[in-house]
Amino acid sequence: MQSDSQAAPARIALVQSKPRKGAYVENLAALRAVFAQLAALDAPPQLLVLPEAALTGYFLEGAVYESARSAERFGHELSSLWRDVAGQRPVEIVAGFYEVDNGSYYNSAIWLALDERETRILHVHRKLFLPTYGVFDEERFLSRGNRVQVFESPLLGATALLICEDVWHSMVPTIAALKGARSIVVPSAAPGRGIDGEGELVSVARWRELLRGIAMEHGCFVLYAGLAGFEGGKGMTGSSCAIGPDGTMLVQADADDACIVRAEIFLDDVEIARANLPLLGDLRAVLPDLLSDEELPRLRGRDDASGC
Amino acid sequence: MLPVVDPPQRDAYATPKIDAAVAARWLVAFLRDECIGRRGIKNAVIGLSGGVDSAVTAYLCARALGPQNVHLIRMPYRLSSPASLEDAQLVIDALGAAGHTVDISAAVDGYLQYEPDADPRRRGNVLARTRMLVLFDQSVKFAALPIGTGNKTERLLGYFTWHADDTPPINPLGDLLKTQVWELARYLGVPTPIIEKAPSADLEANQTDEGDLGIRYPRADAILSSMLLGYRHEQLVARGFDAAEVTLVRGRVDGTHWKRHLPTTAMLTDTAINEFYLRPVDY
Repeated sequence: MQSDSQAAPARIALVQSKPRKGAYVENLAALRAVFAQLAALDAPPQLLVLPEAALTGYFLEGAVYESARSAERFGHELSSLWRDVAGQRPVEIVAGFYEVDNGSYYNSAIWLALDERETRILHVHRKLFLPTYGVFDEERFLSRGNRVQVFESPLLGATALLICEDVWHSMVPTIAALKGARSIVVPSAAPGRGIDGEGELVSVARWRELLRGIAMEHGCFVLYAGLAGFEGGKGMTGSSCAIGPDGTMLVQADADDACIVRAEIFLDDVEIARANLPLLGDLRAVLPDLLSDEELPRLRGRDDASGC
Repeated sequence: MLPVVDPPQRDAYATPKIDAAVAARWLVAFLRDECIGRRGIKNAVIGLSGGVDSAVTAYLCARALGPQNVHLIRMPYRLSSPASLEDAQLVIDALGAAGHTVDISAAVDGYLQYEPDADPRRRGNVLARTRMLVLFDQSVKFAALPIGTGNKTERLLGYFTWHADDTPPINPLGDLLKTQVWELARYLGVPTPIIEKAPSADLEANQTDEGDLGIRYPRADAILSSMLLGYRHEQLVARGFDAAEVTLVRGRVDGTHWKRHLPTTAMLTDTAINEFYLRPVDY
């Protein structure tokens, strides 16, 4: 639990990328220019968050097998890119990618920590909920992850990394918060729809309500990086944003183009938010009773759980 | 180069926002419920100082109860600023409420003649307590409920006379900071000179609230807004507040908790009122 006061805010950059479909090498080169732009800022960000499928585009169908990389390779490519333009300047990088691991394919996101001496893969999250309905067809090509893990980011402290539909199931960010997460970082690719809203697509408004609700209920920061650009007529809705632990929208990008969204956050706002709205503490107290309800689906035994 | 989207410039001293229309609607409902619904009292008496707090209270009561049921009492002392009387009259005229003037000079001097060495602070407290004595008596005369006018900033900073300004049984503005009262005043249409003049308790010549407090209201309100959420000194300074001002504001708040409570009663039994014997105020 981090409780010490923070002398300066943490500097975040959400990179709302607009990749060309399947053009990994070309997109990596474009990211190099973005990294150079960020590294040249007076106060360069300490954490970069890129969207889901940031360097390939989202709707790949069977081409996912051609674009997938191992986490180690993807991490090496990203870290090399940063070191090329920023030298040994420390940074943490989060990005979504299609992962291959021993013949299985996942929709994953990697969290890298680069310091003067080394690059570490702090975490790889494999998307739990693979939308396979309507316009989506993920589970035809990909395997599911099966764990919500909380890990220590040097910058943010206890953090969870979730992908897109993962956060539409309120249970998932709840588990992350119960496991100690103070920040939830969400790379995403959200095709926009719904034209009967007020001044924006309905799906954009729903995402915002959802993310603000997560932040407010659990008293945690939510950092959301959304993919931008059209993919075969389906427009990704960007709208990358940073939300404070009281649900305040700190900054949000427009839906429709590539950009860099900057945010500065005081992590000790979490203590304040949780003291003023202690829902997470209340849940901890009642959760054992809720989970012992015999009408709930039976929990799998450990032996039944499939490996990641 | 990608375009960069930056958050709004962080301004620690940004004025705490309110939606004045929502606040006004809610406070009118509160006044109707407390006066008529809970107590069956249709009339209100308000001590009208010529300042913005009592003016806003008068406007809200006029909306809630009708101006014909609102009695606005001016209570000048012989050394009070004539401008205060004139500003109060602006409110009476604008609302069409009943205006009354009770000169408290004789009552105050009747006591203070025996205390010629009383300093300005003591004299100010005597004025405030005399005004509350008058207000409560006038409330009986008009079958009315006295309505408090104290705002959240002065309550937090302890800038009021205990058991005087804070005495009325209900207070519509007690959870609004001074800057929020100003915003509400603009929404309600309170005359501009009242909103724009320097706030003053008018207990001494040339006195101003901000001079007494040592800080401007907007700056105090911004600090209070964050402080009340639980931010510590170093967290406030990290967020851009001036350390000396934070110290000043916190010192005033911490030194006046007692003023925001009823008198401390020694507990001797297991039926001590408000300790063991507990009943809600509206039970």
